Amino acid sequence: MASVSTNIAANAASAAARGPKPRRTFSSRNIMLYGTLMIMSLYYLLPLWVMMMTSLKGMPEIRLGNIFAPPVEITFEPWVKAWSTACTGLNCDGLSRGFWNSVQITVPSVIISIIVASVNGYALVNWKFKGSEVFFTILIFGSFIPYQIMLYPMVILLRELGLYGSLGGLVLVHTIFGMPILTLLFRNYFSSLPEELFKAARVDGAGFWGIYLRIMLPMSLPMFVVALILQVTGIWNDFLFGVVFTKPEIYPMTVQLNNIVNSVQGVKEYNVNMAATMLTGLVPLFIYFASGKLFVRGIAAGAVKG
Amino acid sequence: MKNWKLMSALLVSAALPSSAFAVDLEVTHWWTSGGEAAAVAELAKAFDATGDKWVDGAIAGGGDTARPVMISRITGGDPMAMTQFNHGQQALELVEAGLMLDLTDVAEAEGWKDKIFPPGLLESCTVDGKIYCAPVNIHSPEWLWLSNKVYEDIGIPVPQNWNEFVASAPQVEAAGKIPLALGNQPWQSNLAFGALTVAVAGLDVWKKVNIDKDMAVAAGPEMAAVFTAAADARKLAAKSTVQDWNQATNLVITDEAAGQIMGDWAQGEFQVAGEVAGKDYTCLPGMGLNAYLSTGGDAFYFPKLDDPEKEAAQKRLAALMVSPEVQVAFNLKKGSLPIRGDVDLSAANDCMKKGLEILASGNVMPAGDQLWSPDVQTQLGDMQGEFWKTDMSAEDAHKKYVEILTSGL
Amino acid sequence: MRERPFFHPEWGAGWYGGKAMATATRRGRIFRNLNAKIAALPMIFTTLVVFVGGTLWTVFYSFTDSKLLPRERFVGFDQYERLWGSSLWVTSIQNIMFFGAMSLVFTIVMGFVLAALMDQKIRFEDTFRTIMLYPFALSFVVTGLVWQWILNPDLGIQHVVREMGWTTFNFDPMNNPDTVLYGLLIAGLWQGTGFTMVLMLSGLRGIDEDIWKAVKVDGIPTWKAYLFVIIPMMRPVFITVLVLAAAGIIRLYDLVVAQTSGGPGISSQVPAMYVYRYMFSAQNLGQGFAASTMMLLSVLIVLIPWAYLEFGGKKRG
Repeated sequence: MASVSTNIAANAASAAARGPKPRRTFSSRNIMLYGTLMIMSLYYLLPLWVMMMTSLKGMPEIRLGNIFAPPVEITFEPWVKAWSTACTGLNCDGLSRGFWNSVQITVPSVIISIIVASVNGYALVNWKFKGSEVFFTILIFGSFIPYQIMLYPMVILLRELGLYGSLGGLVLVHTIFGMPILTLLFRNYFSSLPEELFKAARVDGAGFWGIYLRIMLPMSLPMFVVALILQVTGIWNDFLFGVVFTKPEIYPMTVQLNNIVNSVQGVKEYNVNMAATMLTGLVPLFIYFASGKLFVRGIAAGAVKG
Repeated sequence: MKNWKLMSALLVSAALPSSAFAVDLEVTHWWTSGGEAAAVAELAKAFDATGDKWVDGAIAGGGDTARPVMISRITGGDPMAMTQFNHGQQALELVEAGLMLDLTDVAEAEGWKDKIFPPGLLESCTVDGKIYCAPVNIHSPEWLWLSNKVYEDIGIPVPQNWNEFVASAPQVEAAGKIPLALGNQPWQSNLAFGALTVAVAGLDVWKKVNIDKDMAVAAGPEMAAVFTAAADARKLAAKSTVQDWNQATNLVITDEAAGQIMGDWAQGEFQVAGEVAGKDYTCLPGMGLNAYLSTGGDAFYFPKLDDPEKEAAQKRLAALMVSPEVQVAFNLKKGSLPIRGDVDLSAANDCMKKGLEILASGNVMPAGDQLWSPDVQTQLGDMQGEFWKTDMSAEDAHKKYVEILTSGL
Repeated sequence: MRERPFFHPEWGAGWYGGKAMATATRRGRIFRNLNAKIAALPMIFTTLVVFVGGTLWTVFYSFTDSKLLPRERFVGFDQYERLWGSSLWVTSIQNIMFFGAMSLVFTIVMGFVLAALMDQKIRFEDTFRTIMLYPFALSFVVTGLVWQWILNPDLGIQHVVREMGWTTFNFDPMNNPDTVLYGLLIAGLWQGTGFTMVLMLSGLRGIDEDIWKAVKVDGIPTWKAYLFVIIPMMRPVFITVLVLAAAGIIRLYDLVVAQTSGGPGISSQVPAMYVYRYMFSAQNLGQGFAASTMMLLSVLIVLIPWAYLEFGGKKRG
């Protein structure tokens, strides 16, 4: 059994380039190849560059200058302002207030939604019961429903459950709306594992939870990384649920960002807006940069096998 | 602390007991910009001074972003203590569903009926003879804002009304300026159209269409003329490419555009930019043609909370919103007009004074939000948005306009 | 472990319970896989109560004249008649179809081409991948704002190119009703294609080395090999990409609100905006629900045949 699992891990890890073998180093081919990649990289990097440069400029320079030029005079004031003094109505403590709220919302939501979805995926693959595929199909259908449409029924549901306006209610909402895609990913991943593993464990007398905890969980680390990244990004970036299902004391960072960016009067402080935007994006960005390789490996292992 | 509480009990209302405990009240609104936040701060300051606590729940992005949140929270059973809506029908069903606190006793104790002017404001807070909201300000949308410098540079006098403005447009265009600044959002087109209606067709027609809801007049030649005028006006705005209304105002401030049709809240922008009314810019209420203003604005509603202590605090807050001191402090910061005539606004600037004069003369009419349902208002906005930013013909737009109004009867 | 260790030839033969179930007794049926059923309760709750329940609720109230609060005053198909008579709705549908088609094509083509390029044993693969993938970490609101700014004629690309001396240069997609959807497309692709590329890349890496050897031996040109050998083998990846992209398109909302608010005029309105706008701004729930129902219906029309093929038609192992 141990050997099988290492094999799987090795398979998932061996994501080396396997395209057509490069022939001799045709320089024109390489120029084309790297040229295209460079141009595309420009497209992807441009907004980051603009955000970064703008957030380091003072307002006079922004009004006069060109948005792509680096700042003549670097100032960190916009960042300080966005973090600690930008006003939302009467609360002039910038994004800092929302940061911890976002953490408090994101951590339980991510953990619970991943646990639920991974158990779903496991049950769907290894413990099919009558109708399980029907539920799964409906779940996938659910991933297509625009959130705005479900808003009203969710308000009623949470009201009936008595969870409206509480952190628990918001966690429930994130768990529900994260479920379709995550379940799909876990289901695909688990169905790519060799069934002999499951059979052997079953013969050894392991039950539903035993197999899940001792075999499936340790083997699906790459998938958990993918789920983690998707959920952290999705929940951290969520605005709609955060604003509708909470109250001011627990507004997440995105609501504060919206408030800073969408102020309709006065001079638009583009530099503060951009700094606030980047601050809000830091957590998901950090997670991407830190776990990029694991993410790709997990995707390779799970999302791809239909 | 004790003194404050004592004072508050005396200051706010002797008729309402139980202000012995400090109560936290959460207030939601969509006033988040500099001037607006400063105005809200006045409200909060006044409320905090009574010993209670204002918990601010601002939601930026305008009413369209904030109202869904407010409505969801009220229907979801976790309401705030006080929330902003516009005068009119936006909260009507919430009231009818019994979700809002009845303020009639506060209104009677405070004598709102005699003090709130124009009376239409209180009427739109009244459902079945009971009062459910506290109006806080008046905003009127029928203003034309002009850049004096644009006209000085061309060497012609600043237009004194809409017709002169249209006549001067070719010269403005020849000088490389945008005649009319207009943001891309539909509501701004709808606002411009409303102002044009009063200016071009006159007040009687406006009243017949919007108050008497006479569809024959709505479909008649007077309104057709308004659509033709609007079709001409949209050509003047063809080069205006901004989104937000304040960006459009900024075009006038920076003398890139000659004029903008926008509500009185635009003067906050001129003030922030350090411009002086009469010298740097000109404001023409009623588009310079009819000295009439519609009296839309904001009101506060108080969702029912199952907590007698909070309810008492809500009522204290309601009384406070309408009190003269708060009205003056708030409206000077907000740039809007107070909802009572008995307050001293000598600190107001020229444009605000023009508005006050019109208000005092009684030349007011209700705002669209008070006369038509949000459904009709939204449809009109969408239709006008399409009309002003595409080459939709005036006849088609007119036909649709009548259809939408008819559907709202 | 509540389940007794026992050996049963039936589940030995087929390891998903479906086969074993056929011969199980009625009592056994309920208690069979009891733990699995308990574990699946959240999913069952979500599907039945939220997705099915919420959908039925929405459909039900789309036949009423509910305004701000739901009420049971039935008006038949009136809401639907009004919906399809509304030029805003019709425009929204046209926009989403155009945007959706363009977006699907570009997402798949760009994703695949980039993945194929990345698969050429290039240097700095990690760097390139990070560059392409990072926008996926940012929300649509941020995406919309940044691109609104870059595409702003007075500040962004047009302004900069003109300053460099090319004064007649015109690049202003956001303010022209005919081109505004391309402006949205530029932003949408920026955010999403990196993820598609990663999916495609891992699909390519999943292709057996022997296939490439065989292709080489047969002397098939590379582009032909991709088109006729590799792509057909990557069907599952393409389906995943298609599902994710389509779900994103139907749900398109935040990006439009942040970048164009549906303008200029109504030229970049999308159905989700119509739904939200009529449910809340216009306080006409009936109309909003009718629009939701039409959206759900179109999802079903696309999804049911696909779901049938994927899950119903064949048994996967």
